[in-house]
Amino acid sequence: MKIPVSAIRLPTRPGREYESRFDREQSLLKMLAIPMASVILASMVTTLPVFSAGPLLPPFGLLMFLSWRLMRPGLLPIWSGVPFGLMDDLFSGQPFGSAGLLWSLAMLIVEIIDSRAVWRDYLQDWLIAALLITAVLLGGWWIAGIAHAAPEPIVLFPQIILSILLYPLVVRICARLDRWRLAT
Amino acid sequence: MAPPPHRRPGFSRRAQYGLFATYVVAIAGTVVAALLLTISVVDPTGFSRLRTLGTEVTAPVARVLSKARQSTQAVTHSISAYINAASKNETLEKELKASRNALIEVQALRVENDRLRSLLNLSDGDMQQVAVGRLISSTASSTRRVATLSIGRNFGVERAQPVRGPAGLIGRVIETGPTTARVLLVTDSENLVPVMRASDGLPAFSAGLGNGLVLIKPLNLGESPFKVGDIIITSGNGGLYGANIPFARVIRQTSDGALGLPFADPANTPYAIVMKPYLEEARAEQQMLAPDGKTKEVAE
Repeated sequence: MKIPVSAIRLPTRPGREYESRFDREQSLLKMLAIPMASVILASMVTTLPVFSAGPLLPPFGLLMFLSWRLMRPGLLPIWSGVPFGLMDDLFSGQPFGSAGLLWSLAMLIVEIIDSRAVWRDYLQDWLIAALLITAVLLGGWWIAGIAHAAPEPIVLFPQIILSILLYPLVVRICARLDRWRLAT
Repeated sequence: MAPPPHRRPGFSRRAQYGLFATYVVAIAGTVVAALLLTISVVDPTGFSRLRTLGTEVTAPVARVLSKARQSTQAVTHSISAYINAASKNETLEKELKASRNALIEVQALRVENDRLRSLLNLSDGDMQQVAVGRLISSTASSTRRVATLSIGRNFGVERAQPVRGPAGLIGRVIETGPTTARVLLVTDSENLVPVMRASDGLPAFSAGLGNGLVLIKPLNLGESPFKVGDIIITSGNGGLYGANIPFARVIRQTSDGALGLPFADPANTPYAIVMKPYLEEARAEQQMLAPDGKTKEVAE
């Protein structure tokens, strides 16, 4: 059937940029799903075809998790280290439960720091993240050593340095995601 | 950013209890995670189903990307082949002439070897191949050296099967899923491989160091007999890994052994061959006699 040209009507809704900017609501789905999805997807980075001789790939899930926590306190609940950590364990190759435990402990430590040092600047957050990344990676090595034969801890050194240096980049990614998350 | 003042929820009982509950949940969750960890340390295969599920879900993406990775590698390779093509061609032709002669000699030796073996009634383990796949990802952020294989039970891959590439031994299968399998690489600290020196059959053991190298320790105590450049091959002892698979090259001598660089680089191997365990029946018989079910042959 042929549609006459006169019957074709433009969509009644104007483009979003011409809509009223008053009284727009943030999408609840976006507000909740973006932090969760970004941490889980960052955990899944290890399943990409990246091959390294030693442990070199930074734990992107942990970096994303810490930067959400430090950038937006109160967004992730205190217990969220357990589910996110267990999710990370599925992909990291560590014994199941290792990240669940370590991330949760990291979360509790940040909570304690939050109650002591309320106003912090970015460098202090970076320092906190650096210490926590080092602790979690060494803890992961120790746990892997209980379950299986483990290599010398020196093999972790490059990974720790790389992860600490990559933290600012991940915070920036987080900030961009946060802007998108809260956009109306 | 300062944390929101949720710590002092005011006079609202409901908010106070709610805050208290989150702390209780957080502590309880940590304890549960610790329990799960204890279970997985005691029984490493316990959560393999979950892990397999995770691998299966993400495998399609990894498959596509690994294909893309390989084709870009092929492109760069074919471009670099044009550089100095004439001189390369000349040297290759010379090498070809030399190796053709060597090949004929090897053929003759093989015939003679077969004849002598049949005189002695020696039975040899057969290295039947089960399936051919590709390595699609690895645990690049963990101290464990485990890679994911693109094929699983659908191609008959089972636990405790050796995996080799065209260049040398890669590792052995430790977990299988419907369409993926996990391979414990030879560079993992837990992977012990019986090996020998190619030149004189000096028996030794190899253990991974977790940084891409393997530590090779001779069975005889004493000063290290290895020299830089020695070629190490598998010896076939133990009946799991087949004999005479290229394994590693010695790159440094240590006080009681040597450091070796495995020939098969998981990042660079075009395909991975899953094989039947060498001397499978003898191995099964030995397991029947002295069941190491208690000492478990490395679950994960």
